[in-house]
Amino acid sequence: MRVNVVAFCCNWCSYAGADLAGTSRLVYPSNVKIIRVPCSCRVDEAFILRAFARGADGVIVCGCHIGDCHYATGNYHTRQRMESLFGLLAFMGMERERLRLEWISASEGAKFADTMAEFTAQVEKLGKNERYTGDCIKATDAEAAEGI
Amino acid sequence: MPQEINKKMRSRAREMLASGEVTQVLAWEAGEFPNYPAPAFFKDETACGRILYDRFCTANLSKFMIEATRQTGRTLVFLRPCDTYALAQLIKENQINREKAYIIGIGCEGNVAVNEGEERGLLESCRVCVKTDYPVCDELIGTENNSRTVVTGSERFEGVTRVEETDTSARYDFWQVLLSRCIRCNACRNICPTCHCKVCILEGENPLEKQFFHIIRAYHQNGRCTDCGQCARVCPQGIPLQLLNRKLIKEYKPVEVQP
Repeated sequence: MRVNVVAFCCNWCSYAGADLAGTSRLVYPSNVKIIRVPCSCRVDEAFILRAFARGADGVIVCGCHIGDCHYATGNYHTRQRMESLFGLLAFMGMERERLRLEWISASEGAKFADTMAEFTAQVEKLGKNERYTGDCIKATDAEAAEGI
Repeated sequence: MPQEINKKMRSRAREMLASGEVTQVLAWEAGEFPNYPAPAFFKDETACGRILYDRFCTANLSKFMIEATRQTGRTLVFLRPCDTYALAQLIKENQINREKAYIIGIGCEGNVAVNEGEERGLLESCRVCVKTDYPVCDELIGTENNSRTVVTGSERFEGVTRVEETDTSARYDFWQVLLSRCIRCNACRNICPTCHCKVCILEGENPLEKQFFHIIRAYHQNGRCTDCGQCARVCPQGIPLQLLNRKLIKEYKPVEVQP
């Protein structure tokens, strides 16, 4: 079984960090598909949901460290938005371990490789994503739901 | 008492229309079916006798003010505490021209839920109501008798906590059972005072719609939802949509920028 991990990387820090990981010949899992965004705050909820709809099993959003944003305040917004979105998805029954927010700077090639390896292992443990895949809603175990 | 408030509302509306201070009045009138009052605009004094206010007036009038304040002339609107919160949010988002609105805050004792014309106890949003003040208003009517009980602290998020306490797969099943009832009538989106985009991303043939409609709908109100509970009230399938919004309200932290 091969899981798909989508990594949204900001142009200025994390994408450069991935570049550094590459030029330093560090190995990280090939399951990771990187999508470059101008700033981590460009990632809106539809991107993440669409990634899951198109077969992603885990989504990681990477940005500059807090205070280091190229656009000064972008990643403060990312933090606030992603925390609420991940909280809401977890509330609706999506595994929280499939979602992650990480700060990786341009000089942290090793951190990029380590994070990706760790996150991919974490997603592999959960297996393929079966929840919120964009298909029609299936009424599953009605009895279990009545307990709440 | 709603009857006394109703009387004062009618006379105040007549006065304002007669003096020319406002050109129209936004309030409720008796609807097509008993116990279903409908929002309505009143443009002349004689029509003001039809203004109705009772515990079945559940509609939030603030969203109608977006269109009303774009017309010429001023609009008089009657709002309960939760409606004024929604209106304040709309003013903050530059959707309502404050100068074209004359707002009268009216006393509220909580609304009664109606199903098939029968009373079904206090509305869920009123049961856990936390609002007694009026953030925007020009004058008040009948607020001295506000006999509502207002919840405090954790009681408001009782339902959210109950869902949170269960494990992930039980939560998933819970929401799948509820959301599978959804018929995509868009009533929750259309009634929501803070849903005022001219073009909605959830419109038309959208592959995201099937499962993600409710995630996106709730998430787009993040930090803006005033917890008026209209989404859950209008849901013909009885999905407790306010749970999603309350979850976001519970965890909401404003963006803190430390330069």
